[in-house]
Amino acid sequence: MQTKRMTFPGRWLPYALLAPQVVITLIFFIWPASQALYQSLLREDAFGLRTTFVGLENFVRLFGDPLYLNSMKVTLIFSLGTTLLSMSLALLLAVTVNRMIRSRSSYTTLLVWPYAIAPAIAGVLWWFIFNPSIGIVPYLLDMLGYRWNHRTSGGDAMLLVIIAAAWKQISYNVLFFLAGLQSIPQSLIEAAAIDGASPLKRFWTIVFPLLSPTTFFLLVVNVVYAMFDTFGVIHATTSGGPSQATNILVYKVYADGFVGLNLGSSAAQSVILMAIVIALTVVQFRFIERRVNY
Amino acid sequence: MVENRPWSNLFAHLILIAGVALVLFPVYVAIIASTQGPGQFLRGTLPLLPGGHAIDNYRAMLDTGLSRAGAPPVGLMLWNSFIMAMAITIGKLAISLLSAFAIVYFRFPFRVFFFWLIFITLMLPVEVRIIPTFQVVANLGMLNSFAGLSIPLIASATATFLFRQFFMTVPEELLEAARVDGAGPLKFFKDILLPLSITNIAALFVIMFIYGWNQYLWPLLITTDPDYYTVVMGIQRMTTAADGDPLWHLVMAAVVMAALPPVLVILFMQRLFVKGLTETEK
Repeated sequence: MQTKRMTFPGRWLPYALLAPQVVITLIFFIWPASQALYQSLLREDAFGLRTTFVGLENFVRLFGDPLYLNSMKVTLIFSLGTTLLSMSLALLLAVTVNRMIRSRSSYTTLLVWPYAIAPAIAGVLWWFIFNPSIGIVPYLLDMLGYRWNHRTSGGDAMLLVIIAAAWKQISYNVLFFLAGLQSIPQSLIEAAAIDGASPLKRFWTIVFPLLSPTTFFLLVVNVVYAMFDTFGVIHATTSGGPSQATNILVYKVYADGFVGLNLGSSAAQSVILMAIVIALTVVQFRFIERRVNY
Repeated sequence: MVENRPWSNLFAHLILIAGVALVLFPVYVAIIASTQGPGQFLRGTLPLLPGGHAIDNYRAMLDTGLSRAGAPPVGLMLWNSFIMAMAITIGKLAISLLSAFAIVYFRFPFRVFFFWLIFITLMLPVEVRIIPTFQVVANLGMLNSFAGLSIPLIASATATFLFRQFFMTVPEELLEAARVDGAGPLKFFKDILLPLSITNIAALFVIMFIYGWNQYLWPLLITTDPDYYTVVMGIQRMTTAADGDPLWHLVMAAVVMAALPPVLVILFMQRLFVKGLTETEK
């Protein structure tokens, strides 16, 4: 890794400059993470008086636990649903905004601001709109003959949290799709138009393939978002219910460890999540290296 | 635009208007709800036009809050959120600038090791190590304090990378000239590097302020004293109470106030925001 050609001399100064960042990293990141690794190999008795070393038993138990397997399935559905909903809407909007000339920046502004809204607040907003007794959407659905109730129906609850999480993420995806669209050479599209390709055909045969680096990047970012940043959406609305239907992995770590006080199991779940984050980060960085070479 | 097709233009505008409406709808509903009187929610559906209780609701929430739900006044929570967001933002910027400066402008043993140590924080979000991090903060006696709310969150790999990248583009001649003139490292940092980085700092400031303001899990874990509640997590306490009681007009007033500061930041600093977002994420 490079430095400048010419550098400052100094034996202690660089360490002093790095110290604040490194100390905080060690105390609040590295140490807790290693504690999680260590605790995942222990089991505490019910009163927290005795801990015994149990090796990988916590992990074995987790993978045999129907609740944990259910949580994995729920997380998969939730992240795929959020990612697909948010990215497809964002792509449609970005492509349409990209056609505009004069109104482009006003539309962008109007679409971008939900980025500022916290996931928990997004959850509360949609929780209110879908409130079974006073919400607007259940009222409309009722006229169509559907009784919406996310307090009893797991499917309704899942749909609610997906909508809330995807809504907040649209703005982010629109911004990156717009940036990607602007890097596609206009001459290619014009050439296709001269050859008589319809707008739809131009989109599927030229724009969409050339956009694939952006799409892939957003895919990873959105999955990471749905898996790790949506704790607030779940906690502020369904709390993982009804009957585990929206209990995603991140929420389960919190519920089992902080509410249920099952430290060994919660630590083992943390370790699994860390492995997932590391895998996703590696995928993301490898891909970015490749994109530079395009 | 390749060819002129009036109908498809109209259609495009319709799609965008529908999209904007979808994006605005939840917030519109929240604003409307926050202007209603208390009886409005007993009658079934929510009206779609504003009521006349806006000032009462907002004043009530700012000054007293929902004390029955155990939530302090929103005014206090907004203040707490502001302090936490500012502390996180300034902390992140300060320590990242310093470490990027060390990594780019010095040669010293274990330089690459430290770089990777900082990099690892990217892979360890709070959400995956909840309990042990809580234990550390509890052992340090930092529960229910602004230090506990902000310090554990101020390590930043992304900001360090961004500044490193930027410092690498600063011309070598500046350093040579500064050294010829006898400037030491700290003087060079303060008088040359910082002024050059000001746009990058501003762009990151916008992103990190929003990040700090929207923290949810962390304040939830480490504050039990309502005096330290931040507004984003405080709202959750109110909704659990509101689900039993129809107090939605007050909760929505709080929601609007909690969402307003970061939204204003984006609207007024959109250019910096876009720059910060696209640069930190790659």
